[in-house]
Amino acid sequence: MDRKIRMRNAGTFLLFGAPSVVAFLAVVVIPFIVGLYLTFTNWDVRTGDNTFIGISNYIAVWQDTVFWTQLWFTLKYVFFTVIIANAAAFFIALVLTGGGRGEQWLRTGFFTPNLIGGIILGYLWQTLFSQVLPYLGQKYGWSWFETSWLTNTDTAFWALVITTSWQLIGYLMIIYIAGFAGVPNDVLEAASIDGASRMATIRRIMLPLTIPAIVICVFISISRSFLTYDINLALTKGGPFNSTELATYHIVQKAFLSNQYGVGQAEAVVLFAVVAIIALTQSYLLKRLEVES
Amino acid sequence: MSIRQFLPSLKKILLYVLLFLFLTPFLLIIMNSFKSTQQFVENPLSLPTGIQLDNYVSAFDNMNFLDGFLNSLLITVGSVLLILFFSSMTGYLFVRFKWRVNGILFYAMLASLALPFQVLMIPLVMLYGNMSLLDSKITLLFMYLGFGVPFGVFTFHGFIKGIPYELEESAFIEGSSRMRTFFQIVLPLLRPVFVTLIVLDVLWIWNDYLLPSLVLLSPEHKTLPLSTYNFFSSYSVDYAPLMAGLIMTIIPVLIMYLLLQKQIIKGITEGALK
Repeated sequence: MDRKIRMRNAGTFLLFGAPSVVAFLAVVVIPFIVGLYLTFTNWDVRTGDNTFIGISNYIAVWQDTVFWTQLWFTLKYVFFTVIIANAAAFFIALVLTGGGRGEQWLRTGFFTPNLIGGIILGYLWQTLFSQVLPYLGQKYGWSWFETSWLTNTDTAFWALVITTSWQLIGYLMIIYIAGFAGVPNDVLEAASIDGASRMATIRRIMLPLTIPAIVICVFISISRSFLTYDINLALTKGGPFNSTELATYHIVQKAFLSNQYGVGQAEAVVLFAVVAIIALTQSYLLKRLEVES
Repeated sequence: MSIRQFLPSLKKILLYVLLFLFLTPFLLIIMNSFKSTQQFVENPLSLPTGIQLDNYVSAFDNMNFLDGFLNSLLITVGSVLLILFFSSMTGYLFVRFKWRVNGILFYAMLASLALPFQVLMIPLVMLYGNMSLLDSKITLLFMYLGFGVPFGVFTFHGFIKGIPYELEESAFIEGSSRMRTFFQIVLPLLRPVFVTLIVLDVLWIWNDYLLPSLVLLSPEHKTLPLSTYNFFSSYSVDYAPLMAGLIMTIIPVLIMYLLLQKQIIKGITEGALK
């Protein structure tokens, strides 16, 4: 009897669970474990070499000044992208939360860039930055735009920030709108009866009551922009002179072009740790500002 | 018109102007995709002289648009169906059978949601490369299943938990099997979850670049983002067909968006708030 039940249970598990579990183990769990192991070996596709070399790869990461320069570059890029995208999304969401007619259309419109993959978006902006803006700059004498932004490290940096923000804004806007919808009406009415100005209402009521939405949005924008690859590849291709390679770009190059799988994987692990620490710290700090309505 | 009546419509006009500016990059590319490269370089702001489809024809041929489109379609539809089918069943299994192994697997899946693709890509290429499984659409489908299952199971799990067991019990009493009960009673109730997951997974897989670029190596397997990349790398100065290529790649998603606008916005909101 006991045996029969056990057989039936095993059957149920195989039927309902096996395909997903096998795929999950083979694609996520095993590569994750192998990946950790890989950071302690000198695995090489060409030689087939696979010896345990201790923490040499991590020491190599530590000494790879290019990696740290690019990680710092990535940090700055994340910082500005998160601030610009969130500020813009917050205010667009704010003006689009009045229940007026046509709002649905406006939301749809602002969301559109988010539907498009990073490669296509990157090329779209590459065309604008390298062709359209210099044309305008030369024609109207706007010195800012006279040369392509993509040929100079500092301006290429802003090109990356603008393109990424452009994509993120619509997505964050949707979350902020959902957050504003949760602000109770009676609180807003009470504020308006007390004669609170629009600015005061935003600062004293909307902002504190939408902290959960802000936490989510900042979290999403940090983790997404830290891991940017497609936009980087299509917009600047790491140039000029490899000066705009974001962390993921660097890791892909390291592993698949220089064939340094172990070091590349160790860098990926370091990147993951950095993202996790920053994203969790911000959630913790921002959550402390949360209030009950 | 008093100032009180005037202000809201002014706000609305400003918003539409803002939206117009926001979407200017698209509009410029659309406009210039109908001009020749020379006309574009001379003046990117000039209006096209007519509807010329030369660029579209040239892009369609040179980037193997049809192949890319069909590959993207096959991989997206295939992966999404696999993810939905198997993760709904596994979500059900995890809710209805509180075995230890199920609990461990469920928490492993939950934890894996925090893992970025970046920490998995190198070992993935290494392992599947060693087994000579790369450069195959089947492998890519399998990988999307593996990457899609954790979020799928998590979402279905959350929803199925709220379905009362009595519904299924009465089916069992009438002699229905576990499998039949799941497909006839539980599955139809999961519609809202299906919509959310379809939206999120389609957008993710259709637009994905990094994973297919590592797995699909031969030209005949390439998906649209990959063929766009190749097209831009090899035709980097002939802008007119390139822009037409971009617009063509955007159109399928845009059509889907216009048709399913409400569901997409809803799906995105629910996906993000989880």
